[in-house]
Amino acid sequence: MTDTAAPAGATPKAKKSLFKALEIDTRLLGMIGAFVVLCLVFNVVTDGRFLTPRNIFNLTIQTVSVAIMATGMVFVIVTRNIDLSVGSLLAACSAVMAMTQTWLLPDVLGLGLGHPIIWLVAIVVGLVVGTAIGAFQGFLVGYLSIPAFIVTLGGLLVWRNVAWYLTAGQTIGPLDATFMKFGGINGTLGTDASWAVAAVAAVAAVAVIFMARRSKLAHGFPVKPLWAEGLLALVAAGAIVGFIAILNAYDVPIGRLRRIFEARGQEIPEGFSMGYGLPVSVLVLIAIAVAMTVIARRTRLGRYIFATGGNPDAAELSGINTRLLTVKVFAIMGALCALSAVVASARLANHSNDIGTLDELRVIAAAVIGGTALSGGIGTIYGAILGALIMQSLQSGMAMVGVDAPLQNIVVGSVLVLAVLIDIQYRKRTGGK
Amino acid sequence: MAATMDAEHASPGATPLVEMDGIRLAFGGVHAVDGVSLTLHAGEVLGLLGHNGAGKSTLIKILSGAYRMDSGTIRINGEAVKIESPRDSRRYNIETIYQTLALADNLDATANLFLGRELVTPLGLMNDAKMEAETRKIMARLNPNFKRLSEPVSALSGGQRQSVAIARAVYFNAKILIMDEPTAALGVHETQMVAELIEELKKQGLGIILISHDTREMMELCDRVAVMKNGQLVGTERVEDVTEDDILSMIILGKNPRAAV
Ligand SMILES: Nc1ncnc2c1ncn2[C@@H]1O[C@H](COP(=O)(O)OP(=O)(O)O)[C@@H](O)[C@H]1O
Ligand SMILES: [Mg+2]
Repeated sequence: MTDTAAPAGATPKAKKSLFKALEIDTRLLGMIGAFVVLCLVFNVVTDGRFLTPRNIFNLTIQTVSVAIMATGMVFVIVTRNIDLSVGSLLAACSAVMAMTQTWLLPDVLGLGLGHPIIWLVAIVVGLVVGTAIGAFQGFLVGYLSIPAFIVTLGGLLVWRNVAWYLTAGQTIGPLDATFMKFGGINGTLGTDASWAVAAVAAVAAVAVIFMARRSKLAHGFPVKPLWAEGLLALVAAGAIVGFIAILNAYDVPIGRLRRIFEARGQEIPEGFSMGYGLPVSVLVLIAIAVAMTVIARRTRLGRYIFATGGNPDAAELSGINTRLLTVKVFAIMGALCALSAVVASARLANHSNDIGTLDELRVIAAAVIGGTALSGGIGTIYGAILGALIMQSLQSGMAMVGVDAPLQNIVVGSVLVLAVLIDIQYRKRTGGK
Repeated sequence: MAATMDAEHASPGATPLVEMDGIRLAFGGVHAVDGVSLTLHAGEVLGLLGHNGAGKSTLIKILSGAYRMDSGTIRINGEAVKIESPRDSRRYNIETIYQTLALADNLDATANLFLGRELVTPLGLMNDAKMEAETRKIMARLNPNFKRLSEPVSALSGGQRQSVAIARAVYFNAKILIMDEPTAALGVHETQMVAELIEELKKQGLGIILISHDTREMMELCDRVAVMKNGQLVGTERVEDVTEDDILSMIILGKNPRAAV
């Protein structure tokens, strides 16, 4: 575009210079805009039922499982690969973890049901299995040069049926009580702890913004004007606090409260109410999002992932071991499938054979709607999470409006194709790849 | 320091920086490099000429570790070495500007310059600020007009991309510099700057292998020129011993007129 080359003093257009000063990814703005419009439309059509604390809470916990895997899919697609096996891998991890916590630890090792270490061991076992399977698939792709499409298409069939075989097709449950706290509504921080998290996160966000600024100044690099940086920090902190405020505003239903008090042998006080606050599963997603973003932006591994996606030959000539890199990327994907399995099975309170069915499509769609280019080299973690959120909102919103199931899928499928079309046009216009 | 280097390579008995001996590499049935031997001394510019497909790029890619040769030996400072990957060649301070530039288009100039050799903080995270500052320093030296350090290199002009590739090869204190058609995408002024850079690096005692199609330019810049045809070495001559026409006939006919005498 010509305006990027124009000298700084030349006829500033108010709108453009605002975005320029803020240095915000316009693509991100477009996605947020689309999301906001989507929410507002559903809210109007549902007579204000869409944007209630309750529905936002539910939307959030429904998004977590796919969003976690979508962050890993970004790395996979950025390196010009694909992983069709994530839903099946999730099922395999879920099966192994369910067996670990309901049979292996309590019965075979004799810890007994409800032992406080069970949830942790189960998760570790799941992570090991997921990482190992992912690494194995990565090995087939990286070292044996079998196309990722084929390896993971095979995996799609293999891992779900490994799960079936292991569990003899049985639904396994109920799961360990502590483990189930990762599922969403059964494990929330409550209002006080949620406010604390909001405060810490807001301070951290502001600190990161201003520390980056200080480091730039120290090296004599150009920085955004102070007001722009301040505005950005304010928006970030405001978004964090606002989000927590909404989750805190969703009150635990009175019937449930009564049961909680009864379990303690107490009478519920008159007029007592309690907000759910931040679900543990969302906290897990946030932690993963931060970790994956740091990997993508600030570590060599991330740099090599993007370099390899941009130009595999150049990466190779720069001494990057692209084969091993492929193994690492698929291993990360496998580990994230395991974490997703924790959230998904905990939400359902048991393991069933069809857990995670069709998740591969949702995860790939989330990453792609979030701006990950299938040609490789381009993608962001926050984009993929936003993509997952948009997909889930679309699905839930239509369900709420009463759109028929087949129509729902037709719309979601069309939106995916449309999103990619818009993305291609956008990249052409901005001169990106 | 440059003076001692000069003295070293000037003495006829000095150990060559690089000796490539009987190098062969075939791709399927194509003998891309077919028994080529070359030497390169410190403080010397060796030109490599030949038609497209003569095997020049393949030969230098063997030295830079991009390809593994089928047979032959490589000695660096008299010692036989195994160069099996780009990492190996970097260990011997060999830096290469590839004909294709080998840039990751989606990354910026800084990321490309440090690709595979990122500077990290004590925590193991990338030290972006330091890397960007270093990139600014070297680019100021090589291409003072270049200011677009944090844009994807896909947005840059051919000349700017070339200067990023050159900066990457020069920044890491190479002892052996391979330049495969470094001026192909450059204008007259930029080509002149590369010529000056080559002179400067040569004075610092680097050994440089330069590939170009511009025979006149090669006669000016190089101490010796080697000509290849169909994967074989036609001959190697000191530039003061031959005319431009001699070189051209070596390229075209594949025969060394001086050897025929
Ligand atoms: N990676 C490759 N695979 C197969 N053939 C190749 C490859 N690289 C080069 N060649 C062949 O080897 C020969 C020499 O090519 P090259 O070294 O690129 O020549 P030059 O650089 O002198 O133009 C050509 O015939 C070319 O087609
Ligand atoms: Mg060539």
